[in-house]
Amino acid sequence: MIAIIDYGVGNLYSLSHSLTYLGIENTVTRDRQVISQADKLILPGVGAFGDARQKLSDTGMDEALLSRVRAGVPLLGICLGMQLLFMKSYEYGEHPGLGLIDGEICPLKDDLPAGMKVPQIGWNTLKFVGESPLLRYVREGDSVYYVHSFYAKGAGSAVKAVSEYGVEVPGLVQRDHVFGAQFHPEKSGPVGLSILRAFGEV
Amino acid sequence: MIAKRIIPCLDVRNGRVVKGTNFEGIQDVADPVEMAKYYNDTGADELVFYDITASFEGRGIFTDILRRTAAQVFIPLTVGGGINDVSDFERVLSCGADKVSVNSGAIADPTLIDRAARRYGDQCVVLSMDVKRVDGSFRVFAKGGRVDTGIDALRWAHEGQERGAGELVVNSIDTDGVKQGFDLEMLSAMGKTVSIPIIASGGAGCMEHFKTLFESVPQVDAGLAASIFHRKEVPLPDLKQYLAGAGIPMRILR
Repeated sequence: MIAIIDYGVGNLYSLSHSLTYLGIENTVTRDRQVISQADKLILPGVGAFGDARQKLSDTGMDEALLSRVRAGVPLLGICLGMQLLFMKSYEYGEHPGLGLIDGEICPLKDDLPAGMKVPQIGWNTLKFVGESPLLRYVREGDSVYYVHSFYAKGAGSAVKAVSEYGVEVPGLVQRDHVFGAQFHPEKSGPVGLSILRAFGEV
Repeated sequence: MIAKRIIPCLDVRNGRVVKGTNFEGIQDVADPVEMAKYYNDTGADELVFYDITASFEGRGIFTDILRRTAAQVFIPLTVGGGINDVSDFERVLSCGADKVSVNSGAIADPTLIDRAARRYGDQCVVLSMDVKRVDGSFRVFAKGGRVDTGIDALRWAHEGQERGAGELVVNSIDTDGVKQGFDLEMLSAMGKTVSIPIIASGGAGCMEHFKTLFESVPQVDAGLAASIFHRKEVPLPDLKQYLAGAGIPMRILR
């Protein structure tokens, strides 16, 4: 059973539908009991980092999640949920993240060449820079759907696949059993579904 | 590299997609859920569902269709039509929409854009506008393109962006339905005015029109059309292959 952590940020229906479509048992939950029994966790999220981090603390979801990750339970962060895995973010100030992966979340606009739009919205191709079980069914050059204004820097060897958008944007990151996707696998057609399927098999 | 997007638009009335009107004036219709699934499977980059129902029952049918579609479509889904308040955002988002398109509702109350963007994020709010030339300038028309609001379209696009719209759909009334190509002049003016993604609509009649659009107005990120895709006058998979072959970055399904 995969627990999709509901902490009041964003629309979780499509993520849950995708897993159900793949035949993967899942539940959208804010119940710590359910989280403590799940064998995998997904941390979704759209919106601003600071708000989301605050909501994770307020609901106690951060502690519930971290204790499961310490016990070896695989976690997948998606979009803002991926960004929350890092040490800190500079979105509207400076906010500490969950500290599961080294690196920081920085504004795209400071690093892009002139004429590139922020947010990056749309389909971009993946280039592999490492290996990850989540890329098992993905081929280099496959496209995934992004919507974001901030990106991870300094993630080092945790970066497994990138997309070119004026800079190399880390698309998929992994540190041990902690995974993160900057793109939306649940909105990325068959390629995205294959990534969710691979997470189901981790 | 980021791809240019091709987006079919499904106009839904009384639970059916209006594919177009034939020469005898009879409306050709289809099942929206089936059609959405077809586009999902054949490489559409996003889908737009436009609710053109006016009745209360029609709205109920629409949200039911939306729910059934969202359960089996794994590409971004935008919903428009009859969005006049934040509660309308809630209604369609809870049925599985990813983005919500506002048009007349935002003209009537521009703060709708700010309120929705604050609540759901900029990426969720798509400002859609119908534009027509009047006395040498581009004007915004409301109520499905019937009413001249007197508002300058470039000014409105900029204001929409400042208020928090994450994308812009620009439909040219002058080129819509004529099938002689997109309104390149107006779209280029939009491209110089805003920095958010622009989705061009109105005027596509053949594959070359999309090529011309992306080549001559690089600020345009996506091309939207309806009946030419539905009636397969321009089959969507063929279009994407053709554009990729012409060197336009495209997402091609393998």
